[in-house]
Amino acid sequence: MPQKNRLILKNLDNKDYNNTLSCYLEEGGYETLKKALSLKEKTTQDGKKLSPQQQLRDEVKASGLRGRGGAGFSTGLKWSFVNRASGKPIYLVCNCDESEPGTFKDRQIVHKDPHQLIEGMIISCFANDVHLAYIYIRGEFNEGAKILNRALDEARSRNLLGKNILDSGYDLEIYIHRGAGAYICGEETGALSSLEGYRPQPRLKPPYFPAALGLYMCPTIVNNVETLCAVKHVIEIGASQYAKLGIPSDPGTRIVGVSGQVRNPGYFEVEIGKITLGQIINDLAGGPRSGRQIKAIIPGGSSSKVLRADEKVTLKTKNPDGTFSEKVVDVFDLPYDSDSIAAAGSMSGSGGIVVIDDSTSMVEVAANVSEFYVHESCGQCTPCREGTRWMSKILKRILAGNGRRADVDELARISQNIMNGRSLCAFGEAASWPIESYVLKFRDEFLALCAAAEDSRKEIWGEAGINRFA
Amino acid sequence: MHETDSMVMEFSVPNTLESEIDELITHYPEKRSVTLMALHALQAHFGFVSDAGIEWIAQKLDQTPLAVLELVTFYPMFSREPLGKFHFRICRTLSCALNGSEKIYWALCEQLGLDKNVHKRQTTPDGRFTVEFVECLACCNKGPVLFLNEDFHENMTEESVSKLLTICNGDNSSERKGTGK
Repeated sequence: MPQKNRLILKNLDNKDYNNTLSCYLEEGGYETLKKALSLKEKTTQDGKKLSPQQQLRDEVKASGLRGRGGAGFSTGLKWSFVNRASGKPIYLVCNCDESEPGTFKDRQIVHKDPHQLIEGMIISCFANDVHLAYIYIRGEFNEGAKILNRALDEARSRNLLGKNILDSGYDLEIYIHRGAGAYICGEETGALSSLEGYRPQPRLKPPYFPAALGLYMCPTIVNNVETLCAVKHVIEIGASQYAKLGIPSDPGTRIVGVSGQVRNPGYFEVEIGKITLGQIINDLAGGPRSGRQIKAIIPGGSSSKVLRADEKVTLKTKNPDGTFSEKVVDVFDLPYDSDSIAAAGSMSGSGGIVVIDDSTSMVEVAANVSEFYVHESCGQCTPCREGTRWMSKILKRILAGNGRRADVDELARISQNIMNGRSLCAFGEAASWPIESYVLKFRDEFLALCAAAEDSRKEIWGEAGINRFA
Repeated sequence: MHETDSMVMEFSVPNTLESEIDELITHYPEKRSVTLMALHALQAHFGFVSDAGIEWIAQKLDQTPLAVLELVTFYPMFSREPLGKFHFRICRTLSCALNGSEKIYWALCEQLGLDKNVHKRQTTPDGRFTVEFVECLACCNKGPVLFLNEDFHENMTEESVSKLLTICNGDNSSERKGTGK
């Protein structure tokens, strides 16, 4: 079973395990931190001196770990961009705003194993010379914030946090900052604006790359909860061991969440690329409900483009001799890793898989998802603020039986005018990719509703009345 | 600002709450950062964010009231008006919707005499119940999910939500439960 590769979820669902420090310590908790703090300066063969911090950063880079928040960017590379010469303090922000629809992995870690996150954070902060870090937790995780606060207090009481951690001379403080129900705070610069006490509107990149001009205009690292936990495991087992898991371009394990219309929705830690989308949905999540067939799969949170269940995907694989060969596979046989899902034209994003069966209208799905993005657009950029509303209005009109055939292409056209870098942050893409993909891949469903509406108007008012609404 | 001066006079922040905010100020290099957490603290205590509350935070953190107000109006979790003693927040987003969150919402609205087609926050005329649709609560595997005040409820059905309502109706205490304090 692919679930055997549990690193992050190793303990958290065990019957005798709870989220207290004593339980975490019994399972070997904070040993990796001790190991990291006791590293000595090393001299390479060419006489270069490597500080313990540099060694840790090199280890994370060598592991090939990719961020688990959605963008899948190399964590080691992200850390290497940090401006260490500015003389300003470096901050680390743990992104626990988990608000991508379909994603519920960080919640499990925070609720059931908060010390794992804290250990991962302390190691990451030490590696990056950070002395003040924040956990940006979404406002709705009220329980999670309480659990984390208690866990942080426990850590302080054992000198795992605070001044001179475990007599290493290293100081670090971590505080909780609660959001208040805005999805845009999951965008890293939005989270930073929120932390500073401004409206969480994302900032323009360049120049406001967090690594240079982040929190309080200081170099800042923003990492997802699961990423920071993975860092702990990279340091624990070593980069070379970690990189053996998963595939070379996307190593390690990740937590996928399956929700929607399946028998056993849940979260599963899988070895990346060693399990197919079909195995995740059918074997781990129990497959479709009785008498139902899967129609569509959203592979990585609601912002990812939908995949049709009957879709075929061309995968390019590299042969040992360096040549490439192509293979056409069924969507269900697609390995779950960022490259394979990207080859299918979508993304594995935050790992939130939403399954839609044949009882559901894709127009309703589109209207639902679209309403989410209307609500969550921060309003800063016109294409996003106006475009999301426009699309939602059209979708509601179609559902109300007032559609027109031209609406189908209009939706695709509006989507195109929001994406392609026309908005300041990636929200524009996140809001328009899914809607465009529903329209393009399930055109028949949209067209059928629109055609029926036009035809019924034609029946009442004749040809001239097609666009006349009751 | 629409409160009378006499109401502003009545506004007072208890010492425990003020020291909670004083503690928060030590968490950040800049006072302005505390605004959001201070709003949470005030809303948890008073049940909503009043004009007086906004002015109090502004003064405490050396900000203009507008800098505080613009956060209150941006974030969906804050309320400018008192909420019902029982506040239902039902997840509207995809995974919950695929599993019937709309039916839960409709059932609640119908039983409370509220308009089921309105997704925004609605409070019953007696001020006891507030119902609203909210966006993804990040518990998609247990959908439909809802918050009743600060308590989280999973795998809701029309029956289970009616049961919750019965429990609420039988609760005649005046104190609002689970304010996250």
